[in-house]
Amino acid sequence: MKNDQDSLPGAGPGKTPETGANNGAHPGFFVRLGETEPLKLDSGVELKGIDVAYQVYGELNADKSNAILVCHALTGDHFVAGTHPQTGKPGWWKDIVGPGLTVDTDRYFVICPNILGGCMGTTGPKETNPDSGKPWALDFPVISIGDMVRAQKLLIDHLGIETLFAVIGGSMGGMQVLEWASQYPEKVFAAVPIATAARHSAQNIAFHEVGRQAIMADPDWCNGAYLEQGKNPNRGLAVARMAAHITYLSEAALTRKFGRKLQNRDQVTWGFEADFQVESYLRHQGITFVDRFDANSYLYITRAMDYFDLAERFDGVLANAFLKTPVRFCVISFTSDWLYPTRENREIVHALTAAGANVSFVEIESDKGHDAFLLDEPEFHKVFEGFLEGCAEHRGLRRKS
Amino acid sequence: MIDDAPDRKSIRIDLQLIADMIEPNTRVLDAGCGNGTLLDYLWHFKQVDGRGIEISTDGVKACVSSGLSVIQGDVETDLKDYPDKSFDYVVLSQTLQAMHNPKEVLHQLTRIGKRAIVSFPNFGYWRYRLYILLKGRMPVSDSIPYQWYDTPNIHFCTIDDFQMLAEEMGLSIEKRLFLGGGLLPNAGGITGVFANLFGEHAVYMLKK
Repeated sequence: MKNDQDSLPGAGPGKTPETGANNGAHPGFFVRLGETEPLKLDSGVELKGIDVAYQVYGELNADKSNAILVCHALTGDHFVAGTHPQTGKPGWWKDIVGPGLTVDTDRYFVICPNILGGCMGTTGPKETNPDSGKPWALDFPVISIGDMVRAQKLLIDHLGIETLFAVIGGSMGGMQVLEWASQYPEKVFAAVPIATAARHSAQNIAFHEVGRQAIMADPDWCNGAYLEQGKNPNRGLAVARMAAHITYLSEAALTRKFGRKLQNRDQVTWGFEADFQVESYLRHQGITFVDRFDANSYLYITRAMDYFDLAERFDGVLANAFLKTPVRFCVISFTSDWLYPTRENREIVHALTAAGANVSFVEIESDKGHDAFLLDEPEFHKVFEGFLEGCAEHRGLRRKS
Repeated sequence: MIDDAPDRKSIRIDLQLIADMIEPNTRVLDAGCGNGTLLDYLWHFKQVDGRGIEISTDGVKACVSSGLSVIQGDVETDLKDYPDKSFDYVVLSQTLQAMHNPKEVLHQLTRIGKRAIVSFPNFGYWRYRLYILLKGRMPVSDSIPYQWYDTPNIHFCTIDDFQMLAEEMGLSIEKRLFLGGGLLPNAGGITGVFANLFGEHAVYMLKK
C-alpha cells in the first residue's frame, strides 16, 4: 500500500524517503487524500480516498511563501526536473525547472503532482477500484480539469501551504493554472498559463476524437478491460500519439527537421515501410509512448480537456471567472503554435483585462510549434524568469544573490 | 530594470513632465509603453501600480523581463477591453500621431482613466513651418526623424488642432505643458498663442 511520507515538506529529491513505503513501484511521494470528505467531481460522482503521486524540488522556506505548483500537460507526469526514474531521461521541463534555471529550485520550492486520471501513481483508470479489487478501467468516473485542480488543492492543504507563490503550466497545465486562479484566487499569488486556452476548440476536440477512436478500434483495448485480460492496445495508443504529436509541432519545424529526407535509404521502396524520416520519427514517438502511458488514461484526460470551457459556469463571460482577482498573471504564447494559437491565449488576456486583473502577455517568436513551451527557447525563459522575479519582489521574497 | 533603479535624471524630459503630473500610489496605464521606462520610474519613485500595452515584441519582452505588467497588444484595438475609470491615469506618450483613429483613442483614454495624459509633437512648431516654407518638403528632425514614406506618424496635428478636438469631444484640459526647441528654455514656460508656434512638444492632462 502507498503511504503518506510525513517527512514533507522541505525534502528535496536527494532526500526523498522512497524506501519500501510504495513497494518501489512508483518513486516520488504519495499521499492518500479525501478519505474523510470525498472529492465531489463535476460529473456529480463522489470519489472517496484518492492517491496523489507527486514530486518536490528545492526547499520550502520558513513562512512557506516560496512554493510553486507546476501543472503538467496531457502526457506529462510529476517528474519535472532531474532524471526520470522510469525512462532514465531528463524531466519534461528540464530547461525551466532546476538549480539556477528559470524556476530556480535553489530559491523556490517546486511541487508537481501527477494529475487525477493520470497513470503515474495518482488515482486514475489504471489503479485499483477499491470496490471491485480490479483496475477501474471504464468504471472510473469521467473527470474535468476542475476536478484535477480540486485534487491538487487537497495536496497543497495537506502540505500546509496557505498561499502558492505561483501556479505555472503549459498546454493542459495552463488550463489547470486558469482553474486555480479562478477557483482559489486567494491561494495564488501569481499565475503563468502558457500556450493554452480557456476553452477547447472544435479542432482540438476533433484531434482528440481521432486519438480516442484509434485506441478504441484496437481489439486489444477489450472495451477498456485490457489490464484484466493481460493485453494492451499498443497499436491504437501509438497511432493516437502519432496523430497528436503532429499537432505539437509545426510545418516549419517538420520541414527543417526532416523535409522529404529518406530514412536510411537512397530511394523509395515502392511499399509502405517508413521510407521518409518523418515517418520513422513518428513511429518511434508512438512506440516509445506506449511503454509509459496508459490507454484509458489517455481517453479520460483528453475528455477532460474537451470538456474544458472555463466561461461556461460564468454565463459564458470569461472575464467573470476572474472578477476582482488579486492574482498577477503572465500569459505566454508562441507564434507557430497552431494547437493553442496566440489568438486563443489573447482571449484569456482580454478577459483578464476586462476583469481588471494585473496581467502581462507576451507572444514569443518560435517555429517549434506548441512544443516550444517545453524546449530551449531563451526569449521565453527570459520573460518567464523576469516575470517571476518581479512577482518575488512584490511578494517580498529574497532576491537572487 | 528592477535591479538598477533608474537615475532620476535618466528619463526623457517629456516623460519626466508626465511623471511629475502623476500622484504617488495611484493606478496608471501606459498605452504604448515602449521598453517601460516611464512605468519603471513610476514604480520606483511614486509606488504606482502600473500597467502597460506595447505593440513591439522587443518592448514587451524588455518590460515583462524586468518585472513590469505589460501586455503585447495594439492600443487602437485593445483599450476597449478595459473597464470604465479603471485607472487614475492613462498615459499616451508620443503615440497619438501614429494612431489610425486618434479621436477614438482619445475617447478610450478618457473612458478608462479618470484622467488622460497625452503628449505629442506639435506640427505647428515654427521650425517645421519654416522647414516646409523654405525647403518645400516634409520636416525631418531629431524628434521626428522619419521620411514621409516610412514614418509611423500618420496623423500629425498642431497644438491648436488638438485643443479643438478636445473641445469638440467635451474633454476638459486640466493641465498643459509645452516644451520649446533650441531657442526657448526647456521648461513649461510657454503659454497662450505662442505655444502653437514655439512649443515643440505638448503634454496635456485631460478629463471627461
